[in-house]
Amino acid sequence: MIKLSPKLSQRLSYTILFLATLLAIIPVSAIIFTIIKNGASAITWEFLTAMPKNGMHGGGILPAILGTLSIVTCTIVITLPIGVCAAIYLNEYAKDNLLTRIIKLAIINLAGVPSVVYGLFGLGIFVMFLKLDVSIIAGALTLSIMELPVIITTSRSALNSVPYSFREASLSLGVSRWQTIRYIVLPNALPGILTGAILSISRISGETAPVLFTAAAFSVPHLPHSIFDQVMVLPYHLYIISTQIPNMPKNIIFGTALVLLMMVLTMSFIAIVARIYFRKRRKW
Amino acid sequence: MSKIEIKNFNLYYADFHALKNINIYIEEKKITAIIGPSGCGKSTLLRSINRINDTIDNVSTSGIINIFGEDIYGSKIDVDTLRRNVGMVFQRPNPFPISIYENVAFGLRVNRIASNKNIIDETVEKSLKAVLLWDDIKDKLHKLALSLTLEQQQRLCIARVIAVAPHIVLLDEPCSSLDPVATQRIEQLMIQLRDKYTIVIVTHNMQQAARVSHDTAFMLLGELIEFDKTEKIFTNPSKKETEDYVSGRFG
Repeated sequence: MIKLSPKLSQRLSYTILFLATLLAIIPVSAIIFTIIKNGASAITWEFLTAMPKNGMHGGGILPAILGTLSIVTCTIVITLPIGVCAAIYLNEYAKDNLLTRIIKLAIINLAGVPSVVYGLFGLGIFVMFLKLDVSIIAGALTLSIMELPVIITTSRSALNSVPYSFREASLSLGVSRWQTIRYIVLPNALPGILTGAILSISRISGETAPVLFTAAAFSVPHLPHSIFDQVMVLPYHLYIISTQIPNMPKNIIFGTALVLLMMVLTMSFIAIVARIYFRKRRKW
Repeated sequence: MSKIEIKNFNLYYADFHALKNINIYIEEKKITAIIGPSGCGKSTLLRSINRINDTIDNVSTSGIINIFGEDIYGSKIDVDTLRRNVGMVFQRPNPFPISIYENVAFGLRVNRIASNKNIIDETVEKSLKAVLLWDDIKDKLHKLALSLTLEQQQRLCIARVIAVAPHIVLLDEPCSSLDPVATQRIEQLMIQLRDKYTIVIVTHNMQQAARVSHDTAFMLLGELIEFDKTEKIFTNPSKKETEDYVSGRFG
């Protein structure tokens, strides 16, 4: 075995660790760079606000943008209240017994189920059994089931971060448990809960598999009228124009990817800014 | 008449027998100190008097704690009403991360004791005056409570408790995170408050117990060893363990 001098081995390990970190950044930058380079030329006002034309070879992607936005909105409207209520129950009320432990374990494991499985489940339950057909609501419900564990987990950790001494102080004034949650715990946990919600929005905007069978259409010639309409969504639209339509202009494909990427990155950015803002304001 | 009557009281954390057959009669408008080494159950006993221990899983109790002749572990008792009547101040000052004013007004508002702004203003002023904090902070009532010094925060916590007009105030080592000067001032405050409230204080500081209290209970390993006039406990205790503890031989 070769013996390296301490100085040399220090320098060697530093280089290896640094390169490993660099390796993690390169793909991200490369992706963003490629997409912007190839897609920026497609981004025009018309591209963002018009219907597709000439068999998607021209015009815009407005229906896909609106489709994604409406599914995401519906999903968050469903998951946030349910998720926060469940988190409050688990964190503030549930006694530590076998049932609670099973529920907590189930929630953690649900987060690990592959998203295509959720898609198939949604197809079976919402589309076929509940006869919601392929629609915004069926897609949103499917995404909700997928996202619920994440919302519950992030909300629970936000509730957990509120010092226990605040609860004791409130209870010892004769304030009931629910009022303590309502006036002390929730206001202080809200920033964390919202950050979790924003990150969820960013995640579900990019999900393809769960909406593939439950909400997405190849092409819809009009904008969605109600939550029972089938819609175009960005990730699926991207898949279609890159694989199913011949002679697609490259800049439209990358332009669509750029729009999706920007939507997701904007959400994450808002979450980061919100977290910094609230962390600064927090004094305990 | 005795205000708090603890009879054959036992408390278990799951299998751990934390309080063993405690019997104490705490008198009205006096300061009663509970002393003993760490882990002897003195805080647990204090926290049993307003049932704040209920928030911990797997706690079970037996025996009786009567407050004004009513068993607080009985089935008819409303825990929230009990806790309003038996206020508690904790080891570390724990003001809410809101303004000074809102901290004191919180219990009044949420418990719907008062909704009229004038009455709330008055009660806030009265409570802050009672803890001798008013003059220092009357110009910054709407500043964050956490901007105060630790001693001021602890005073604020006491003001927050007395704003909801309890009869009994429980103090759980209220000076343990304060410096000696602040400790002395909080002790003076306790002496001023004892005419109005029945005060029970847990302390690991024997001098503090000797200085402020009328009666003292000495606990060891979950048992009440001795309960008597403070003077007697510190000068002429009847039990050997008490004598060893107050003379500093252990603990």
